Amino acid sequence: MKPRHKRLALIGGGLAALAVAAALVLNAFQSNLVFFFSPSQIAAGEAPRDRAFRVGGLVQAGSVKRNPEGLTVNFVVTDTAKDITVVYTGSLPDLFREGKGVVAQGKLGADGVFRATEVLAKHDENYMPPDAQHALEQAQKAQKSLRTP
Amino acid sequence: MIAELGHFCLILALCVALAQGLLPLAGAVRGNARWIAFARPAAAAQFVLVALAFIALAWSFAQNDFSVAYVAQHSNTKLPLAYRLSAVWGGHEGSLLLWILLLAGWTLAVALASGPLPEAMVGRTIGVLGLVAVGFHAFILFTSNPFERLLQVPAEGRDLNPLLQDPGLIFHPPMLYMGYVGFSVAFALAIAALASGRLDAAWARWSRPWTTAAWVFLTLGIALGSYWAYYELGWGGWWFWDPVENASFMPWLIGTALIHSLAVTEKRGVLKNWTLLLAITAFSLSLLGTFLVRSGVLTSVHAFATDPRRGIFILLLLVLVIGASLVLFAVRAPRVASGGAFDLVSRETFLLANNVLLTVACATVFLGTLYPLAVDALGMGKISVGPPYFNAVFGPLMVPLLFLVALGPHAAWRSASLAELLARSRVAFAFAVIGGLALPFALGGFSPLVALGLFLVLWIIACTFLQVRSRVALRGGAPALLRQPAGYWGMHLAHLGLAVCVFGVVVSKGYETEKEVRMAQGDTLAIGGYSLRLVGMREAPGPNYSAVVGAVELSRDGKLLKVLRPEKRTYFSSQMPMTEAAIDPGLTRDIYVSIGEPLGGGAWSVRVYYKPFIVWIWGGALLMALGGLLALSDRRYRRGRATAQAAAMQGAKA
Repeated sequence: MKPRHKRLALIGGGLAALAVAAALVLNAFQSNLVFFFSPSQIAAGEAPRDRAFRVGGLVQAGSVKRNPEGLTVNFVVTDTAKDITVVYTGSLPDLFREGKGVVAQGKLGADGVFRATEVLAKHDENYMPPDAQHALEQAQKAQKSLRTP
Repeated sequence: MIAELGHFCLILALCVALAQGLLPLAGAVRGNARWIAFARPAAAAQFVLVALAFIALAWSFAQNDFSVAYVAQHSNTKLPLAYRLSAVWGGHEGSLLLWILLLAGWTLAVALASGPLPEAMVGRTIGVLGLVAVGFHAFILFTSNPFERLLQVPAEGRDLNPLLQDPGLIFHPPMLYMGYVGFSVAFALAIAALASGRLDAAWARWSRPWTTAAWVFLTLGIALGSYWAYYELGWGGWWFWDPVENASFMPWLIGTALIHSLAVTEKRGVLKNWTLLLAITAFSLSLLGTFLVRSGVLTSVHAFATDPRRGIFILLLLVLVIGASLVLFAVRAPRVASGGAFDLVSRETFLLANNVLLTVACATVFLGTLYPLAVDALGMGKISVGPPYFNAVFGPLMVPLLFLVALGPHAAWRSASLAELLARSRVAFAFAVIGGLALPFALGGFSPLVALGLFLVLWIIACTFLQVRSRVALRGGAPALLRQPAGYWGMHLAHLGLAVCVFGVVVSKGYETEKEVRMAQGDTLAIGGYSLRLVGMREAPGPNYSAVVGAVELSRDGKLLKVLRPEKRTYFSSQMPMTEAAIDPGLTRDIYVSIGEPLGGGAWSVRVYYKPFIVWIWGGALLMALGGLLALSDRRYRRGRATAQAAAMQGAKA
């Protein structure tokens, strides 16, 4: 085999590896990117019905209700403007508290209830998940602009 | 007083680093031997000064000197002494001090062990390390001084983050940093080679042990971190594709590629430019890791501080280091021409394929880690890229890599015969196919992915065995085994470690069982052929926390094996709850119990996992690190000054 052919074969091999990787990345991005929506955005109908996304905000005080039999729990996530009810089955993270920030990942049901597959609250008493913080800021901005026409 | 001494030492160290960075480099350019000779004593002085600063900070922690802001934020009088000392690197400022201490340590090691190298090369290498140290000293002194005093001295410190109060914290960060910082030596050697335009087999032979040493530390650091997450976070996972984990994994992938391309550069004198680029990339990714973790752009357990000044400083440093080295590379790389050709089927091609796959894999991890940050920074919304992305992309890229790992050692340098390769590996292939198809049934049910994984594991093991056997036959029987160089055994041990690790990943993922239930006193639960019974929960005090401890009886066939004691702790100072899982570890399975929250009526939510062969993951990583250590002990790297100088003379003539 001539050196030129050999070089072409090596470059071709490298490009093929890159192409396969690019295809894998695009495919995985397509199905695995998880978008974030605030309760206000969900109320406005911006959130998708058929794919998983994240919602964040504060756990409304007094809203956490445990099913006495199993591990199912209901709570309300609020960004102080709008609320959404979340249902989750399983143990909640250590720092899940009423009045504290939380992010839940899951799908929105036809009944408007968010069915979470994952609930995140990180490990620091002062820490607010950045997504939840973002939701609160957005909602407050929106309210302010409503009050001052 | 002690804190001020530490601060003063750091300022002095910055001055020394400036001189260490500038004088020897200028000396190498102008051919001034006395300036070059300054490198070694400067490296020693640098180490002593930084070590004194580090001791000063540790002393402040031991003495509970809460007038030092950093101590007040990360310690507490009730914290046990071992944790008070490891709290030195439990926060942002102290972990940077650790970074610099290790950098000074590696530099000192270079100064002490660089006998065989030409003086100008030593001067350049230590000079580049000095410049890196200048950047980090400035960063510490101007944005994150660990010795800052508080005007109002608090009576009590705020305590260390409870997650970090664990023996894992004592070892994990130093190990990881040893790896991160260790790549700075390979980087400095690469820059020195570019600056001098001299890159020969002696250079590669000299770079190899340093790269391998850094890689061993990084491997151990990542494995420790993974094991720590496994038993400390209470979710039974061992790898979350968290940005902070990825930050340590990316330099590891590139470091692994670098080890292999250095082998080609040493043995065959080809892929030189590529090797240099990998050395620059590995260290740049280490810096990027530091940036990601320390700047607060990722808010996670590891992001201690959110101070934009710090982020911008590290970003600047990153741009400066990467930019300057790439410019140097662009200008000088054409001079470092590669010699020697190789056939399409040869050891070189296999190692090149290893490099391409590892680099591409690293690029996909890079994309998944930084894409959400870029999207957020551009104001295009908030997204997250979770484990499904990484599993979907990283997994398929590892399949060809694992397949080729087994074949590479069989191929001869320069030119190998494809027919011979096929003939040699035929038996191994048949063995792996049959084993891969049959083994899943023995382990608990067939699934195509598990079968593929087990095929690759058996393929690597069988090929390694055949390779050793044929080498023995070729070199004259069993006594030849002892005469093989340590590097040969190191390679095979590391490859077997990879196989063991993959086995652990595939089997524990494929056959794990998870149960999350409500349990009251006396309730039982069956999992993986075992039975668990909650005997009771009781209060138990700790040194700086109060805990609820559960007693869970683990039994099999009615025979009591062990009582597991998972805990739920509440730390006094921060009122933070923490889950401490209880694990019954075993060679073939782990039983993992952690308690969630009280559900009322004396019942608790309890998570139980049955994880077959999960310790093999860390066992495999340990074998890889041992392989690296074995390769380090190779006699070739300790050849006297004479041979190296002879090689250098030859290089100069050529």
